[in-house]
Amino acid sequence: MNELLLVVTIGGERVALPAAAVESVVELEALISVPRAAPHVAGLSALRSRVLTVIDCMRSLDLGTTDCSDGIREAAVVELDGHHYALIVDLVEDVVEALSDPAPVRAAMGDGWERVSKGMVETETGPLLLVDVAAIISGSSAETKAA
Amino acid sequence: MDDLIADFVAECRDMLEALGGEIVAWEAQPDDRARLDNIFRFVHTVKGNCGFFDFPRLEALSHAAEDALADVRAGRRHPDAALVSAVLAIIDRIGEMIAAIEAGEDMPAGDDSALIDALAPGAEGHVTPVAATVADASGKATSAPRTIRLSVELLDRVMSTVSDMVLARNELARRLRESETEVIVDGAFERLSTIIAEMRDAITRTRMQRIENLFVALPRMVRDLSAELGKQVLVDIEGGDVELDREMIEMIRDPLTHIIRNAVDHGIETPAERLKTGKREIGLLCVSARQSGNQILIDIQDDGRGIDGKKLVEKAIANGVIDKAGAAQLNSREQLALIFEAGLSTAKQVTAISGRGVGMDVVRSNVERIGGIVEVDSHLGEGTRMTLRVPLTLTIIPALTVSIGAQHFAIPRSAIEEIVRATGESVVLEHVGGAGIATIRGRRVPEVSLADILGLESHVDPSDRRLIVLRPAGGDVYALSVDRIHDHEELVVKPAAPAVMATGLYAGTTLADDGSPILLFDPAGLAEVGGVKLEAQERAARIAEGPAITGPKVVPVLLFRGLDGARRALRLAVVDRIEEVAVSSIKESAGQLRVQVGDAILPLAGASGAELDGDKIRLFRLSDGAHEIGYAFKEVIDFAAIDNDVIHAERPGEVSGVSLINGEPAELIDPHWLFAHHVGATARPSEPLVCRMPTDDPWMQNMLRPIVEAAGYIVVGEDAEIAADLVIASQGGDVGNAANAIVLRSEPEPAGKKDESIYRYDRAGLLMALKTAGAGRGK
Repeated sequence: MNELLLVVTIGGERVALPAAAVESVVELEALISVPRAAPHVAGLSALRSRVLTVIDCMRSLDLGTTDCSDGIREAAVVELDGHHYALIVDLVEDVVEALSDPAPVRAAMGDGWERVSKGMVETETGPLLLVDVAAIISGSSAETKAA
Repeated sequence: MDDLIADFVAECRDMLEALGGEIVAWEAQPDDRARLDNIFRFVHTVKGNCGFFDFPRLEALSHAAEDALADVRAGRRHPDAALVSAVLAIIDRIGEMIAAIEAGEDMPAGDDSALIDALAPGAEGHVTPVAATVADASGKATSAPRTIRLSVELLDRVMSTVSDMVLARNELARRLRESETEVIVDGAFERLSTIIAEMRDAITRTRMQRIENLFVALPRMVRDLSAELGKQVLVDIEGGDVELDREMIEMIRDPLTHIIRNAVDHGIETPAERLKTGKREIGLLCVSARQSGNQILIDIQDDGRGIDGKKLVEKAIANGVIDKAGAAQLNSREQLALIFEAGLSTAKQVTAISGRGVGMDVVRSNVERIGGIVEVDSHLGEGTRMTLRVPLTLTIIPALTVSIGAQHFAIPRSAIEEIVRATGESVVLEHVGGAGIATIRGRRVPEVSLADILGLESHVDPSDRRLIVLRPAGGDVYALSVDRIHDHEELVVKPAAPAVMATGLYAGTTLADDGSPILLFDPAGLAEVGGVKLEAQERAARIAEGPAITGPKVVPVLLFRGLDGARRALRLAVVDRIEEVAVSSIKESAGQLRVQVGDAILPLAGASGAELDGDKIRLFRLSDGAHEIGYAFKEVIDFAAIDNDVIHAERPGEVSGVSLINGEPAELIDPHWLFAHHVGATARPSEPLVCRMPTDDPWMQNMLRPIVEAAGYIVVGEDAEIAADLVIASQGGDVGNAANAIVLRSEPEPAGKKDESIYRYDRAGLLMALKTAGAGRGK
């Protein structure tokens, strides 16, 4: 009920990540690309002697590609199955408290959103889509096949 | 064995400690089933282990307690106070004994029967727990190395923390380099670095385990197996003190077990069979481990019946693993290597022992998964040797860093065979239908560009690149061209995220000294993505030597320029060596050119009609095994291979045909024609030649005669009634009207221009004359 959510903007859309899953919010510097990897894998970055696999959330959601050329990007660091990932987002806003359990979204969403949706939660700033971190990291299925 | 006892003692102590509270609680509440179970488990474990170690008193005690407790558990008996105290007394006694074993002392004296009797139902047991007679044992035990038991997870965590620390140190080093620091800071940092390095060493060692832990179970396993199969096998184990990463030991346990099962089951014969073939009744199985560089080699050798390569091939053909044409080209080692093919391993002979559905193909893939190699060598009737080669550790990998454009990558050093410059003298890069082929010292290897595989831009001209010849674990060699090669580094490799691993290209990630992430390549994955067909050539390439990669059609040749300037090629195999001789040693005699090389006179080819200028001339010494021919040439161009079609000459001659070699036509020399033409003429005639020489000249008879006879002549005296092919005489002697005559003089210098005599110690001149005379008759 009182789950904390990290509100971020991906592709212009305000969404919520479960705050418990997010270790930290960092500003990524240099990215080392991973040739031949799935397109939503933006590259590798080092954070405090750890290697982060950087995920381009927009790309994962088929919303286009984040432009990483302008240097510093904000990203949320999450851990999944022992690996650390940095999820590139447009903007990290705030941490808010969830006021409801996730409820299914009954209107049609975009394909990408549909795939990562864990439902809609009510917050003080209005309803937000709760995003499944694992689904974002695994990328869209079409991409995975192509890779 | 000592290790096992130590383990047993440690286990018992752990359980005793844990039981401490349980016992008291059980005493208060004898009906508590959970506590009863715990105590029962303890005595049960002790009993089981005692049987193994031969501690009869411990066994008797624990057995009695177990029986009594089993009755309670089964509800046949109610746990009264007497029983509880009797059991407790026994547990105390067990504790004392274990303490004694640990300290390496004799068992505490005393009779256990009173304790055991006290267990009997209704026994008026007022056995007071025996005061520990060895209470001071703990004091003495300190002489043994102090040990504690740690969970493996904790060790792994420490290891990974230390790895992180190394990386953090590297980052700090970089920052210090970037900023101006005082000497004192540098000094402190140096000390920190040293300490961290030492710590990493120590922690790495905690992960090491003696391979004995793996070997110790083998004799028992072999004993059971051989008993079941009615065989007699003696196991000889060596190198148990070799240390190996704990994880690695676990990884090779199954492959090793499987190989040994195979050896006992299929390799070693029954005693009757062995006697029949003249072997000792008892089969010998040697298992040995040794360290070689950063690899551990484990040999498993039996003296059994060996592997029949032909049968393997038959089976492989039957199973469709290879086709008949391919099978015909396999050499014996390649035949044996078939045992690692899927679906092939001894499927016909499935037994309870080794027929568990796990074949040698699984053994191979398990070993290769940890970066190891498994090899087989076998002689039919004599035995089989399997060799496992595994890396020492999994986490720290020596690697070579290379770059494409601005990005660095690492390649595990274990897979690197050699590094050559693309423009190197012995390296030729060619493209066949877009595919790269590198010829390195005559060996053809597929070449792939790292930039192409990765889809990265390379700003380095292909000819400026470096070629890294890679041999992935168990795979075939190929050359990888990279822009630059940087450094050898010891990298702490971490597994990469699944999305990265999905590319199949990488084995993991690591951080370079400058703190930036580096991807470590998986050489086999690179080859696969790069389109190098490893599988097609895999079988041949698993065998270490041989240019099998060039395929059966390819003939290695020596490309050279003849004296007349023509581009020619000669099969490499017939060239014995290259000699340089003085032009003056070439003479035309008996209708053909001959050359004197050292003590030998060889027919000379390749020089007819050519101007012999200069002092020296180089020639190939060709050999067919029995005869030799010289072949003069101007220069060697390269080693090459005939892989194009040969356009054959219309009539036989020195040149058998023309083919495109390295993009230009070259004449192929026909060695058979050469030998037939040049040696055939000088071949010894079926009728022996006759040489007449004076019988009264002791020098001729003693010194010259053996040489003449060695040249194929029958030596006769002046009086013999036989036509002589050659007459030898001293200067002034009578040579009669013989067709060939050799006149010997005793002075080195000829007397005049017309003097055709030969100085008698001019051995080469003599031999030449002898040969010429023989050839003259042939005509």
